Formats: sequence, structure tokens, C-alpha cells
Amino acid sequence: MDNHKGVLVCGEIAEGQLAPITIELLGVGRKLADELGEELSILLMGSKSGGLGQEAIAYGADNVYIAEESILDAYNSDAYTQAAANLCKKIVPSIMLFGHTDIGCDLSPRLNGRLGGGLAMECMELSIDPATKLLVSTRPVFGGNAHATMVSKSARPQMATMRAKTVPPAERNDARQGKVIPVEDKLDASAIKVRVVERIKEEVEGVKLEDAEVVVAGGRGMGTAQNFGMLRELAHVLGGAVGGTRVACDEGWAPATLQIGQSGKVVSPKLYIAVGLSGAMAHIAGCLGSKCIVAINKDKEANIFNVAHFGIVGDWKEVLPAMTAKFKELKAG
Amino acid sequence: MNIIVCVKQVLDPEIPPAKFKIDPETKQVIAPSGVPPVISVYDERAVEAACRLKDKHKGKITVISIGSEKASDVIKHAISMGADDGFVLNDAAFENLDSFGTAYVLGKAIQKIGGYDLILCGRQAADWGAGQVGSILAEILGIPVVTLACDIEAVDQNVRVKRIVNDGYEVVEAPMPSLVTVSSEIGLPRLPAGMRLMIARKKQIPVWKAQDIGAEASQLDKGNAHTEITSLTVPTRKTECEIVTGDTLSDAAVNLVSKLAKLI
Repeated sequence: MDNHKGVLVCGEIAEGQLAPITIELLGVGRKLADELGEELSILLMGSKSGGLGQEAIAYGADNVYIAEESILDAYNSDAYTQAAANLCKKIVPSIMLFGHTDIGCDLSPRLNGRLGGGLAMECMELSIDPATKLLVSTRPVFGGNAHATMVSKSARPQMATMRAKTVPPAERNDARQGKVIPVEDKLDASAIKVRVVERIKEEVEGVKLEDAEVVVAGGRGMGTAQNFGMLRELAHVLGGAVGGTRVACDEGWAPATLQIGQSGKVVSPKLYIAVGLSGAMAHIAGCLGSKCIVAINKDKEANIFNVAHFGIVGDWKEVLPAMTAKFKELKAG
Repeated sequence: MNIIVCVKQVLDPEIPPAKFKIDPETKQVIAPSGVPPVISVYDERAVEAACRLKDKHKGKITVISIGSEKASDVIKHAISMGADDGFVLNDAAFENLDSFGTAYVLGKAIQKIGGYDLILCGRQAADWGAGQVGSILAEILGIPVVTLACDIEAVDQNVRVKRIVNDGYEVVEAPMPSLVTVSSEIGLPRLPAGMRLMIARKKQIPVWKAQDIGAEASQLDKGNAHTEITSLTVPTRKTECEIVTGDTLSDAAVNLVSKLAKLI
């Protein structure tokens, strides 16, 4: 019968440490594994992963699989797919979890294609159905207009990518026990067809969008690149970051890396100031986690007011400079 | 250079949320009347990417779409942008397929067309947004895949792709034939104009059924689906928006700032 057992987290390493999303996944994975009465494992790849075994155990893993080949140091789709598929064939997990990150978004569907599992992407919630013991995944569809829950009745592994910051990070407990298991099988280099030629990091001035406590976002209503610059001024005063809707980024007012929404970044700052954007559901999907949403829009029927906590109905050209000036005054104390 | 582009016809994502209605029983969205469906936004960018490659290297673009007979509209849209040929894959057995089923049907059609150097797909559909058909399709066809492209070049026998990553981009190369999924960062699609509109209007779009592409019933059986949707809901939002006012908009702005000051 079904010999698939256990939960496997596909780990990510950032700056030599477990990535925040990976610590979140260990928290979710631990819960799911406990409900099933099964083990939680994690796969860590690259030569930096060796030292992180105990760390992963402290965050909840029972087994840490370490694949230390240097070809896994940076993400390569072919190499990662092969390494993960090899481990899945060996430990036959019932559930496999990924971050909804550029690695997870590339790796999980390919691995799914190779293993014949069932994958739900960008999940906001994962649980075990008490009756069937199936993984139940909840994800946004139709640009966040609706939520769908999905199950895989017989396809294994049951796979999911999880949005960042939808669950709290796992609690650390250094007393926890677990096993660190080196992966000994070597990768088949002849199956690695994709070659990474270069990686370019786009430096963003100031705070990173995903880490910012204040985000000032603009949309179609900003009208020009120059106008968009006024958002930067407010963001600067507040020590925050600037983002844009898909339209604003398509127009080139903000770089594509600063797009907020379903197909861009998901942010959850303390304060989200939405200026000249109507609040298309695909955009809202990227900022709903914000503690406080402020809307400034001429159109009082704009959808953004349905999700905002505070709003001003009026032309941003009159509102924004006054806001920036007042905040400046307050900061100057 | 022969390129096959996979496109999907979807509910217009720009409709106001008030027009968005679902049927929780069938777990489907009720198409609003008077709003024509459109080509999925990323798929349109994939067509644009194909046209740019054709502009440079010559060749042929074939577009395929699984859908109702109305899907010929999105094929014609692609032809009006610069594609040469297209097929609609329409069969009762193709309705509401999961990602594996979709990739299987596309794979069968692609094998029938044959002789391709590159397959392009949108990164995800604007409706269900599963984000995996392209990758599964590449695995079925046994060819390399590069996802989230924002620029595609053909260099000798390789495809050189600039792809979006979290903090910038990376450039990867893969031997052709290969599959690339396209992201919106590739840039705006061209507007169809003049002669091309005429050509598209006159073009006959053949419809292929399961038997035409040799799709096996067992592979399309919903009982064998890899994933199943168990519920579809519209989330309720409880937010009450406080509209801040003042004698002038500047006053309103100042009032707003005093309310926000304690939050940060």
C-alpha cells in the first residue's frame, strides 16, 4: 500500500544561515508531522549546509539531510531537482514543503512533474484533514478574489509552497534531538543541462521592500515617473521602502523588483500607504498582511478603501506633500 | 526558429471585484455577462517574446490553447501580434483539468506539431494561477526548462534567458529544444495593427479533439487527477475604513498623519 511517510522541508540558506522562510516551514512542518505522528525531515543543499544541521534540529527537524556538493552552492534548477528527487526516492515523503520563493517556485513544479505528486502553490494555510489524514492546502486564486482549498487524494508527495510571513517562525529549542544524515549519492553531471552564466544583484537604495516597516506604494494614478519620485520622498522620511503596482512597474516608474502583488512581492509592514492605486485584487494580495493600510485615492468607490483602515478621498497631489511635510516636522521633533 | 506558445483564455482579471461571483457548489467562477474573456496576461507576454525572437531570427510561431471553441479568439489575438498558426484543443474531456492533465494534453498536441526549438508558456495563469504547467510539460517532454524569463535570446543552439530572482536577476543558458516560462517583466506586448488584424480575422483555427492528438482517456480521467479542489470561497473582509477629512485636503493629510504617528 502507501509507503509514503513523513514531512520533508526543502530548506533554503541565506547568507550562511537558515533562511527565515525555512524556519517558518519547520514550524508548519512540525505541526503537520505531529498531527500525523510522523517525522519531520529537512533537505539542505550546498557546501555551507554542513554546519546548519544542529540549527535545523533546534527548530524542529528530526532528520537533517545534507547534500554538500559544491554544484548546489547556488541555485541551479537541474541540479536541485535532481538532488531533491533522489532524496524523495530514498525517503518517500508523504508531504513536501517549499517556500514560495524564487527557488521554491522553480523547483517545486519541476520536482512535481518528475515525481508525479500533487502541488499547491502560494499557500496561506496548511492543515491535516482529521478524517482522511490528507494535507489540505488553502491558496489564493483569481488574483486573490477567491480562496481554494485543495487535496491530493492519491498522488504523492503532497506538495505545497508557502508564502513568506504567513506563519510565525518555529520556536528554537537547543535541547531537541535529531539526526544529521549526509547524502552520499553524487549527482549525475550529464543531466545538468542548464548553466547559470551570471547573477546580478540589483542594489536597492535604503531599506529592502520585504523588510520595511513602512511601505509607500503607487499605481496608475501617479501618472509619471517624476510623480512616482514623490513617493520616495515620503518613504525616505519614514525610513520605509517604495513599491509599485503591476501597472506602475510596467510603465517603468519603478523597477520590476519592486512590484507588489500576486505576481510580485508580498509585504506585511506596520504601515502600508497606497497612493493613486485602485486596489485591483492582484495587488491587494501582496499587501493584505499589513497591520495598517492607508488609502489615498480620488475615487471613493475604489476597491482599496474596502481593505484600508484609514483613507483620504482626494487628489494625491494635494495630500502627499502635506503628509510628507507633517511627518518631517514630527520626525524633527 | 520554430516556437510553440501555449496560451489560455481567462476571465478578465481587471474586472471590478463586485462583478466577481463564484458557485461554491461547482467550485467554479460564474463568468460575468458582457465581459469578454481575454488572453492570460503572462501568456500574452509569452507571445510577445516569441514575436521578438521571430523578428530577429525568422521562423514560425504556432500557438495552442486548451479551451472552449471561443479560445480561437486568443489564438487570433496571438496571430494578430505576429504568430503564424494556431490550434484550439477542445474536448469535453479537457474541461477542468488539473495541472498534470493540462500539461499532458499540451504535450500531446506539441508532439503532433513536432519540430520545435522552443516552447513558451506564461509563468502562471491569471485565473487559477497554479504556476506549474510549463515545468510539468518540460518534464513530460524531457527538455530543459527555465522559468520566470524577462528576456530571451537565441545564441547558436542555446537559449539564453535573463530570469527574475528575488534580489535581481540571473542569466542562464540551456540547449534547445527547451521550454521557457515568461514573466511580465519582459515588457509590454505589441498592439496588433493593420494587415496583421486582417490576417488574423481570416485565419481558420482548426480544433483538435482528444483523438486527434492521441490523448488517452485514462490520462484525462478526473478520478486520476493529481489535485482536487475541495472548496472555493470568496474571503470576507472585516475592515472598516475611517475616511479622514479636513477643511482642505492638506488639513485632512495633517489629521491623517496625527492618527498614523502613534503607529510608527
